[in-house]
Amino acid sequence: MKILVPIAKVPDTTSKIAFNDNNTKFSPDGVTFIMNPTDEWYALVRAIELKEKQGGEVVVIHVGLADSEQIIRKALAIGADKAVRVDADPTDAYFVAAQIAAHAKTENYDLIIAGKETIDYNSYEVGGMIAELLDLPCVALVQKLDIENGVATIKREIEGGTETVEAKLPLVICAQKELAEARIPNMKGIMGARTKPLTVVPADATEKLTTVVNYSLPEKAKECKYVQPDNVAELVRLLHEEAKAI
Amino acid sequence: MAVLTFVEISEGKIKKASVEAAYYGSKVATQLGTDSVAIVLGAASAEELATLGTVGVKKVLHANDARFNNFDSKAFSKAVGEAVNAAGANVLVLSFNQNGKLLAPRLSVRLKAGYVPGGVELPEFNGATATVKKNVFSGKATAHYQLNTEKKVIAVNPNSLSPVRGTGTAAVEAFATTLTDADFSTVVKGADLIVGEIPLSEAELVVSAGRGLKGPENWGMIEELAKLLGAATACSRAVADVDWRPHHEHVGQTGLTIRPNLYIAVGISGAIQHLAGVNGSKVIVVINTDPEAPFFKAADYGIVGDAFVVVPQLIAEIKKLKAAH
Repeated sequence: MKILVPIAKVPDTTSKIAFNDNNTKFSPDGVTFIMNPTDEWYALVRAIELKEKQGGEVVVIHVGLADSEQIIRKALAIGADKAVRVDADPTDAYFVAAQIAAHAKTENYDLIIAGKETIDYNSYEVGGMIAELLDLPCVALVQKLDIENGVATIKREIEGGTETVEAKLPLVICAQKELAEARIPNMKGIMGARTKPLTVVPADATEKLTTVVNYSLPEKAKECKYVQPDNVAELVRLLHEEAKAI
Repeated sequence: MAVLTFVEISEGKIKKASVEAAYYGSKVATQLGTDSVAIVLGAASAEELATLGTVGVKKVLHANDARFNNFDSKAFSKAVGEAVNAAGANVLVLSFNQNGKLLAPRLSVRLKAGYVPGGVELPEFNGATATVKKNVFSGKATAHYQLNTEKKVIAVNPNSLSPVRGTGTAAVEAFATTLTDADFSTVVKGADLIVGEIPLSEAELVVSAGRGLKGPENWGMIEELAKLLGAATACSRAVADVDWRPHHEHVGQTGLTIRPNLYIAVGISGAIQHLAGVNGSKVIVVINTDPEAPFFKAADYGIVGDAFVVVPQLIAEIKKLKAAH
């Protein structure tokens, strides 16, 4: 089974977010970049588990510049077999999806497993866009995935619970929590990752469907109104009369 | 020209998130001086669909075809794409709920349309483009997305606006898609719904607790408070990971993102990963013994105190309030 896992580079969760150029660009100064958590912890690890059980190959693909090599090597250290980097600074989700779909068209993957969202733009876009570009079925918010005889059995989140669905491969999956347990790369993996193949390919020209015009930060932190612990009645009054929340 | 909203049905009823989306769609139609139209896929009664008129929908295109009773992203994308063309719509609105988060990007590609995932305000039109505000960096900032294309797709964040209901009735019209059985690719085998509880993603009031409660046996008062308020219960990642509480209650960066009207956090320190899942809440109440807990910085109301003393008092005071009204 051949599995493709798109991985994104995002600012670490604890990063201080700032913008420059008159609030039109994200400022990378002092920011640590990491592999997007849902891509690393759930999509990549489940792909590796399926390969370990059934044989095949896990390829990671990343759209980004040369400074992304560290996160690509980490994916190889965790257990991916090879990597492709599309050499471009991504402009929007459609651009990223178009590059990944263009690669996938030439390789006949059985399965593409993406993370449900990236933690920078929180957009839930790339998996669904790849599926549409390739005219493939897609199931999102996936918590469980098993493959037998070319058929996937999938548990996905719905309002107020989960649903079990079946779909034939090839297929696109958007992974979330519970799909797998995060793996920490071991020394053997880290050593091996240095010599695993990383191919760099140029980007395809793509239309720009959306533009981020500007960003803004919250104007100021909320002012917390403290209520004394022996005066809970006052909290209830405030919630009822002032906040009108109860 | 028209504004088309994708409206979802569950158990014969229009989903709450879809009512919000349809209301948003009608507002956009007013901005553009055009009609608000809805597309509904799958079985639903004409009476139920006509109620979309109360949020400004003039016409409902109804593909009353049992094959659509279960969500299939590939088939739904094709069907809604056909409805966009039939309605002559330039703007397509969906809810940014579980199914919308997958269907909307598919339609963005199908229609070659710029797309805003999780819009929180009405668009501003400027000639051929539109800009829409959305939250980014897990609620730590906002961004204005400009849609550069003639067709535009907007997925509206649930609980971003409160629909005001009027008295209208929508005209319901049968809509035939060209889909064949080969267009359907996923088969639903069953669902596992959490019964007897308010679904967290839909809840307007949420009572949440964390490690400060010391053990799973102490959740009785949290459940009692939630029941009294008609609220859903939630929890921090730490307590879901040690199985004090079920995983579906976990809110935060890797769990659910929620935007209730009221979020009461008991014994949760408010790490940045937790805040990412709840900072869209309208009113946040924090109860914690530690005055330095970071959650107080995100709170509207705070009590520095022991949950085991404060929560029972809160229950008693809310009972008094309920009795008085």
